[in-house]
Amino acid sequence: MHEQLKQSDGAGDEGEEDPNAMFGDLKKKKKKKREIPLDLDGEEGSGTSTPTTAPAATEDLDFSDLKKKKKSSKKKAAFDLDAFEKELQAENRNEDGDEEEAGGGQFLLNVDESELGENVFAHSEAPSGLDAGNEAWLKSDRDYTYPELLQRFYASLHASNPALLTSTGKRYVIVPPSLAREGNKKTIFTNITDICRRMHRQPEHVIQFLFSEMGTTGSVDGQGRLVIKGRFQQKQLENVLRRYIVEYVTCKTCKSFDTLLTKENRIFFMTCESCGSRRSVNAIKTGFQAQVGKRSKTKTT
Amino acid sequence: MSVQNLQTFDPFADEGDVLGSTKDVGSQQNYIHIRIQQRNGRKTLTTLQGLPKEYDAKKLLKAFKKEFACNGTLVEDEEMGQVIQLQGDQRLKISNFLTEEGIPKTTIKVHGF
Repeated sequence: MHEQLKQSDGAGDEGEEDPNAMFGDLKKKKKKKREIPLDLDGEEGSGTSTPTTAPAATEDLDFSDLKKKKKSSKKKAAFDLDAFEKELQAENRNEDGDEEEAGGGQFLLNVDESELGENVFAHSEAPSGLDAGNEAWLKSDRDYTYPELLQRFYASLHASNPALLTSTGKRYVIVPPSLAREGNKKTIFTNITDICRRMHRQPEHVIQFLFSEMGTTGSVDGQGRLVIKGRFQQKQLENVLRRYIVEYVTCKTCKSFDTLLTKENRIFFMTCESCGSRRSVNAIKTGFQAQVGKRSKTKTT
Repeated sequence: MSVQNLQTFDPFADEGDVLGSTKDVGSQQNYIHIRIQQRNGRKTLTTLQGLPKEYDAKKLLKAFKKEFACNGTLVEDEEMGQVIQLQGDQRLKISNFLTEEGIPKTTIKVHGF
C-alpha cells in the first residue's frame, strides 16, 4: 500500500512536468478501471456460489485498494479450495433448481437478469476487445459511447505503432541544482553551466530568468558559478528551474525538450528539433522591485 | 421565410479598429503579477502588480491588510502604475483571495520560489 501511495505521489509530481509520465499515469488508471469490473465479476460469482464468503466479498468491495482485494480473494481461494469446490458443486445443483423454478414462474426477474448480464458483458468486453470488429456496439442497436471509442482509438493506435508504448519510459533528466552558501546572505549555484548545457540554453538567459523570478540580483564568478544574493534552498531553486523549463524549454506542441532558442529582431523564438514547430516566447521582464535595504545606498548610485 | 444566403453583407466593409477594444494585444500588461522579494533575515515582501483599473487598489489594500493580518502600502511606480506591497509571504493568500473575488485564475501569475 505504501508503495502504491508513493507511486501515485511521484506520478502526481511528475505529472506537471512530464507529459509522458502523465500519459503513463492515465494508462495506469485505465488499467485499474479495466480490472475493477472483472474483479467484481469474480467476486460476484463467488459471492453467489458460496454464501459463506458473501460477507467477506462485500467487505472487500469497501477497500479502495485493489491489490489487497486481489490478495485476499486469492488467499481465500487457496485456503479453502476444497471446501469451495464442494460448495460450488452443491451450489450448482442449487442453482439448477433455482433456474428451473424461475423458468416456471418469474418472467420479470428473468428479463432483469438478462439485462444485467448484457451490461456486465458490455463493460468487460469493450476494454478487452482490442481487435476490430469485436466491439460491443456492433451487436446491439445502441450508439457507441465515448469511452468505448476512446478505447478503440488507443487500441488501434498501439497496435499500429508499438513504439509509442516503449517511448513513454524515456524521461528528460536534469541534475538537481547544487547550492552552497557563501557567507550569510549569498547563495552559490555551482552547477548552472551544466544545467544550461543540458537544456541547450545560454546561461545568460537562464540567469536573467532566475533573477527576475526570484526578485534578486547576483553575479557570475570566475569558475562559472552563479552567486545569488539572498538565501535560497535547493527546493526553491528547483521550482524556479522547473518553471523555466515549462516556459522556455518544452515544446508546447509535442512536449519535447529538444528545442533551440534563437533571437531575431529582439524577439526570442523557440524551435523544436523533433517536430519542427516554431513559436515566439515571452521576453523575460523584471517586474516591480520594491525598495529593500537602506535608502541612502540607492541614492548614491 | 428569410433566405440567409442573400443577406447584404459587404465583406470588404471597414470594420473599424479591430484591436480597438483590447488595447494591448500580445503584451503582458493584462496579467496580475504576484512577486516575492527577500528582505533581511527570513523576512519577505510581497508585491502585487498589474491590478485592473476597475478595482480600487486602496480598498483592496485595506481588505488585504485586514484579512492577512499584515501591514502594507501602496507604491506608485512610473512604469508599473500602482503596486500593492505587503509584508511577509502572502502570495498564495492573495491569489486565493483574488480568485474568490471572481478574478480568473489564468490572469494571475505567481512568481518566486
